[in-house]
Amino acid sequence: MSDIPPSVAERPELQALWHRHSFVELDARARAFSLLDEDTGQEYCDPFDRIESPWLEPQGLVPESDDGLVVVKGLLAGESCVVIGIEGAFQGGSIGEVSGAKAACALQLAARDARTGQPISAVLLLETGGVRLQEGTLGLNAVAEILSALLELRGMRPVIGVVAGPLGSYGGMSIVAGLCTRVVLTHEGRLGFNGAQVIESEAGIAEFDSSDHALIWSVNGPAQRYATGLADAVVLDDVPAVRQAVITAVAAGVPEHHRSEELDVLAARLSPSDGGQARFSLPGLGIPVAPSPGQDSLAASHPGSAQQRGAES
Amino acid sequence: MSRSQTWFDALSTQTLPSPYRSIAIADSDLGSGTPARLLAVVPDPDNEFPRARHGEVGLLEGIGLAHAIREVIELDSSLADDQRRSIVAVVDIPSQAYGRLEEQFGEHLYIAAAVDAYAAARVAGHPVIALVVGSAISGGFLAHGLQASQILALDDDKIEIQAIHKPAAARITLRTIAELDELAKIVTPLSFDVREWATLGYCDGLLKVSNPDQPTGADVSLASGALRDAVARARLGQRDLTNRLQSAQAQHARRASLQARRRLTEQWA
Repeated sequence: MSDIPPSVAERPELQALWHRHSFVELDARARAFSLLDEDTGQEYCDPFDRIESPWLEPQGLVPESDDGLVVVKGLLAGESCVVIGIEGAFQGGSIGEVSGAKAACALQLAARDARTGQPISAVLLLETGGVRLQEGTLGLNAVAEILSALLELRGMRPVIGVVAGPLGSYGGMSIVAGLCTRVVLTHEGRLGFNGAQVIESEAGIAEFDSSDHALIWSVNGPAQRYATGLADAVVLDDVPAVRQAVITAVAAGVPEHHRSEELDVLAARLSPSDGGQARFSLPGLGIPVAPSPGQDSLAASHPGSAQQRGAES
Repeated sequence: MSRSQTWFDALSTQTLPSPYRSIAIADSDLGSGTPARLLAVVPDPDNEFPRARHGEVGLLEGIGLAHAIREVIELDSSLADDQRRSIVAVVDIPSQAYGRLEEQFGEHLYIAAAVDAYAAARVAGHPVIALVVGSAISGGFLAHGLQASQILALDDDKIEIQAIHKPAAARITLRTIAELDELAKIVTPLSFDVREWATLGYCDGLLKVSNPDQPTGADVSLASGALRDAVARARLGQRDLTNRLQSAQAQHARRASLQARRRLTEQWA
């Protein structure tokens, strides 16, 4: 590594940035191996098994031999863990029949192990636009099967969602994030259901201007997601930082109630907060939001370089 | 009137109060001593969330479904798990709600709440049956229908089961609608035709009724009978979704899924 320039050396808060090893720049396979303890990862149903999507070639699209999803099992801080990583560079990180079957099957096998006294946690690297539209209903069903499989495991062992970026997590696979025991984002990670372009084309530019990047980040970005309780940690884009956040999230164990079971909390957020006027408030930011489009974007402050909720949340 | 409301009314014995106007809840008698709790997402023109006024599943609908399902689980929690009542999801959903407010609140989590509740009911022993009477599209279907133990659909030209509605599917995959229709002839999962969807292995019955828009008495008894049979199958079957891979049609249409699962299971020590 080159010498540290004085401008960095004089400022301790820049040291982490200078020394970091980017997680976001890694592909899905490298991300999965980098999270696990060194030399413990083993990939299952890897590209040499050559199981490809049968639906792409007839559409003139080139399939990949791992269908854009890697399953790597190994140790995380000495305990069994399976990492399921979506490759954002293949078909927009979308879930098709084969990639979906791999993810669902890995989660079900983990659940089987956990039931038979071999506890294993799971980490999902969500870099995805959701259902692969080129595989239509089979992609949609694949997501439904992943959700069911995740829930089989979640009651026994933590299932951690990681949204690193740059794609972020959108569409049906974000329901996965909603079901996860805990969610870790980097500062480059966005988490949403409908992407800005989709909302704009469905509802018009007044509803969501997809060219307004500040708006997108203030709605789907890590600061808002952390402040409103949709994510549990925001970390620097740095392999050791992401790994440490995942270890912490797994170590916090299985909570009594998961985020998606807290119906009272979810309902309270939607209750009119000022005497029957149709206004709503988001927790954490304390900023009232009017239910009509065309207002100034929600302001969200930039968080520190790393935030993590306590184990109790 | 929407098809979800029509079929909900036709199948319900007694409508129950719902804290959410867009969620219809009723008790139903499917005959032969088979009680069921009926749930439907119905259009609410006064929905506080303007992007969810046409029967879409948005924030209120996600939590409304979760609430109604959790209530049934609670009601039957003291019964033996093979005695718990069935839940029937009447499905006619244009999509999830596409809106900025929805994004700000985290629509994915509200949908997840519904998914979580449906799966919990299924695992607890409640047979969960989806009956598609209209559209079953995208996140709306994931929230309301796709966690079911059994999925039935009307055999009708107006049924649409897809990952997204057709104009958006064409736009996002950079095709014209004509090109998409052409491709759907050779790539079955792209089809919008319910009969094609039924060949993919996770359709548990297509119901040929005489009037899908205004069901006759005979249509309703046909549907009740099919629902009753589906409940019986669900009671005998596994409580996860593996039955979607076991049908003869799945063995063919989803052979890539089966191959990937087989390989992964062999290698997983």
